[in-house]
Amino acid sequence: MSELVFTGTVRRLGDFVDTDAILPAKYLNLTTPEALAAHVLENHAPDFRKILHAGDILVAGRNFGCGSSREHAPLALKGSGVACVIAESFARIFFRNSINLGLPVVELADAGQLAEGHTVRVDCGAGLVSDETSGKTYKVALFPDFMREILKAGGVIPYIENQR
Amino acid sequence: MAMTITEKILARHAGKEEVHAGEFVTVTPDFIFGNELGTGLAIEGREELLQKRGIFDTSRVAVIPDHFTPNKDITSAELSKTVREFVRRYHVGHYFEVGRMGIEHVILHEKGLVVSGDVIVGADSHSCTYGALGAFSTGVGSTDFFALLISGQLWFSVPETIKVVLKGKLSKWVTAKDVVLYLVGLLGADGARYKALEFHGDGVRSIPLSGRFTICNMAIEAGAKNAVFPADELTIAYQKGRAQRQPVYYEADADAVYCDVIEIDLTSLKPQLSCPHRPDNVKPFAEAVAGKNLPVDQVFIGSCINGRIEDLREAAGILKDRVVHPDTRLIVTPGSQEVYLQAVEEGLVQIFIKAGAVVSTPTCGACIGGHMGVLAGGERCVSTTNRNFRGRMGHYDSEVYLSGVPVAAASAVLGRIALPEELQP
Repeated sequence: MSELVFTGTVRRLGDFVDTDAILPAKYLNLTTPEALAAHVLENHAPDFRKILHAGDILVAGRNFGCGSSREHAPLALKGSGVACVIAESFARIFFRNSINLGLPVVELADAGQLAEGHTVRVDCGAGLVSDETSGKTYKVALFPDFMREILKAGGVIPYIENQR
Repeated sequence: MAMTITEKILARHAGKEEVHAGEFVTVTPDFIFGNELGTGLAIEGREELLQKRGIFDTSRVAVIPDHFTPNKDITSAELSKTVREFVRRYHVGHYFEVGRMGIEHVILHEKGLVVSGDVIVGADSHSCTYGALGAFSTGVGSTDFFALLISGQLWFSVPETIKVVLKGKLSKWVTAKDVVLYLVGLLGADGARYKALEFHGDGVRSIPLSGRFTICNMAIEAGAKNAVFPADELTIAYQKGRAQRQPVYYEADADAVYCDVIEIDLTSLKPQLSCPHRPDNVKPFAEAVAGKNLPVDQVFIGSCINGRIEDLREAAGILKDRVVHPDTRLIVTPGSQEVYLQAVEEGLVQIFIKAGAVVSTPTCGACIGGHMGVLAGGERCVSTTNRNFRGRMGHYDSEVYLSGVPVAAASAVLGRIALPEELQP
């Protein structure tokens, strides 16, 4: 984890997956990752959580995490054990929330090439995403140093606490 | 170098002469706030750090329990209790309890806690609403809110700005909601991602503050970081006797740099509908309905985008001496206790009740499928809210059309998606 390298199975999602789809508002009175994970992606597909396993890599299209600022959405993904989210693009608040929680979010214009069930290796330190099933490798932008340190610490609050 | 309104406000709050799009700044907001859900998550498991650091400035913080209040169930009641205890223990400066509250984005400007020229950050995506005052206002998540609570500071990248020029004047039955629905449809859900929207043109003057709040509220639905209206005589008049601090007025430099320019002719604009299941799936009413009979199970009038007194007056104007269709339920939710009381005093509530509508306490409940109007599978709702994502207002298989108040009120009477022109005089 501390090296920010993940290998996992691709779980595909489409474009414009909003945070209501990731975690419906009716569960916003829950606050723990475990409780939220029980409802992850319920408004995307009611049974999605049954095919989502710890260590999986979510791969989505445009503007992933748009809509509500609810941090419960990335927390539910984290609670489900999602190792990393790759998308063509992320909505602004979702991206910020994910980094703050220590959930790696990687922008890849070619995300559409990563197919359901493929095994993918993400190396945030090297800025590489490798599709081990297809044999193709893609370059992604490196995180700025401070973001990498936040991710390594597991979120911005532990990062701040480690600094003192 | 010339600056946009957003650049000027961020520069001032970052202690710099000037800043420009793409730069990173650290700012100290004038005002921060959270609802019970965002605040509850923000403080979860962080008691120790909170005790050590305390709140940076209690007078600049508001907490508003509005989403699941009055508490919808025991879990929500426990969360509200936790948040209330936090407010008391740390002496949060502004707390609005049930009975004295409003939806966050209605009550904060109503009470004058946010003013022109401010940097305002809320733990809710519709915190972009206050740009209507000529402020930089944006939404964040719970961890950023927590960082703000203890440090008073947050970093931002300075956004590029899209200039939106409003021309002319809206026709009868066409509202500010139609302007922003049209704009969101035009831009798409990510058309303004990371960007600011800045409004210009002679059309601005014809839109009262209530309409400007409506327009800025939905900027997030195009992905925008913030939206901002220039302050004018209407802004000054709105804040008179209300502003708790001295407003500061900024205007864009004539040669400020914009990444795009969009013109909207208000005069020819027609009522718009956002169709299921995306807010940016917007079509002109005529095209969306296309002569079809689309029966409506529920109509909702209210929320942070359309829950102001002007909205209720508009609804009452249509519902007076009419009744809600027998197969339709109409729920009217005033945006704040002040709006509610005013609606009582003006006789609007009598009109709603005589028409067969329910009038509820201010809450976000129905808009988020929380309580006070949850939809069943297969049901259709016309709603004056800002989101119609799948399952947003209830069952996964329910559908929501977003509209302005006149279309919502007319649809309630006719029991199908309809225009006010279709009503019997």
